[in-house]
Amino acid sequence: MCGIVGLYTKNDRLRPELGTLLSSMLIQMSDRGPDSAGVALYRKPAAEGNGKVTVQSPDLDEESMQSLQQSLDAVFGSVSLTRRANHVVIEVPGNAMEAAHMIEETHTDLRVTSSGQVIEIFKEKGLPKDVVNQYRLDGVDGTHALGHTRMATESAVTTEHSHPFSTGLDLCLVHNGSLSNHNHLRRMLMSEGIRFQTDNDSEVAAGYLTWRLSQGDDLEDALNAALRDLDGFYTFAIGTKDGFAVLRDPIACKPAVLAETDDWVAMASEYRAIAQLPGAENARIWEPEPATIYTWGG
Amino acid sequence: MKEFNLDQEEIRGLNQHLHDMPSTDPNGSVTVTNPAGKHALAVGIDTPAEVTIEGHVGYYCAGMNQQATVHINGNAGPGLAENMMSGKVIVSGNASQYCGATAHGGLLVIRGDASSRCGISMKGVDIVVGGNVGHMSAFMAQTGRLVVCGDAGAALGDSIYEARLYVRGSVANLGADCIEKEMGEEHLQEVTELLEAAGMTDCKASDFRRYGSARQLYHFNIDNAY
Repeated sequence: MCGIVGLYTKNDRLRPELGTLLSSMLIQMSDRGPDSAGVALYRKPAAEGNGKVTVQSPDLDEESMQSLQQSLDAVFGSVSLTRRANHVVIEVPGNAMEAAHMIEETHTDLRVTSSGQVIEIFKEKGLPKDVVNQYRLDGVDGTHALGHTRMATESAVTTEHSHPFSTGLDLCLVHNGSLSNHNHLRRMLMSEGIRFQTDNDSEVAAGYLTWRLSQGDDLEDALNAALRDLDGFYTFAIGTKDGFAVLRDPIACKPAVLAETDDWVAMASEYRAIAQLPGAENARIWEPEPATIYTWGG
Repeated sequence: MKEFNLDQEEIRGLNQHLHDMPSTDPNGSVTVTNPAGKHALAVGIDTPAEVTIEGHVGYYCAGMNQQATVHINGNAGPGLAENMMSGKVIVSGNASQYCGATAHGGLLVIRGDASSRCGISMKGVDIVVGGNVGHMSAFMAQTGRLVVCGDAGAALGDSIYEARLYVRGSVANLGADCIEKEMGEEHLQEVTELLEAAGMTDCKASDFRRYGSARQLYHFNIDNAY
């Protein structure tokens, strides 16, 4: 079992409160996933010509931040670092994916959690409330966000096995369920050049979408292909640079609730997460149909 | 009348009060406010109480109900009225998956839609749904009646035993060993009574079609073995 949540703002009203709202949604999903938690925030676009890479390191302090700044400056010329607990958002010149690969090669103590123009991913072992407090998500702005609380079934409880998974620029996926053909798909995707950090099944789903998008699919095409190629149980919430999508497998035994108002679209494993949002009591609420793609924005 | 505001009070307090009612207030009524999608509200009641929940509820609401009437003015999460024995559960909105699962008796009324696996393994409950039901509804349904005023999703009545299914709208497809059957006088009568009991008298019994077991699957037949 896991808990997943997603929040997509339709106008500027709620954007300053994105982090606060997502945190309260995520905490409601603690019973579904007490092992680890993570969030993907779409916010604060990198300057023209730059990208953002989020990295995690178990032991960051003032001193190591300074040496990180120096060593990254040496690699990229000049970078700006924004620390959030044990994660750092690095704004780099040029393509964020290339920069992420370079960071992985030159700084083996850092773990890249996301790369893109707008995405930032923070994730850690522990109870959702401890994780969101650690990252001080209250008051963090943004346009849309995904969150995940994990009860591990397929692979180990570690920071790197925590969701969300991002395998491509600004693409992110959270998953409740389990895939049964992930080893086969991972081998196929690796031969297509997709990089994986773990043996986790959900990371394969993210990698699969990245691969389809790189082949020229739009998100809807990629999700249609996923319905054909992914075997197992899943409710996915997916974020792109400016879009948000939800998909359930054809059996649809993993729960999902969608709700929409004039100001926001929200998805959660259970209504009690959505109940935290302003105007939830008057929202249009429905259960996403099996094997049906729902998208907003993008 | 007792009121529980779940913004301030614990679910355990609510359920304990309901469990104590046979000796303290057997015919009493209870109103629950601010349920906010919380789980396991009003479960295990065994007294003819009247319980009204104002808002959306989470998993397993009104499970194992006996005698009580539970009104939910909102939507219900998965597992509504699971294993109900008697009494009534009435939802004004929609119900999520497997509502009325394994229920032995009583009446479950969903005014909106019910999701997948509605009435799975039902064992005598009557279920009346004002809207549609999702896929795999009445899977392995043993006995009882399911009345659907809207449409039914895929694999209706898969591996059904002796439950009787009535659908007014379309059926995406029937599950294994489920077939359409003739509507006799007694079936029209039965549907009329169930619609009346559910307060859905704007539907006519004659608009419904009946589905049930072909009785080929649950008798051992070597051709059904793989």
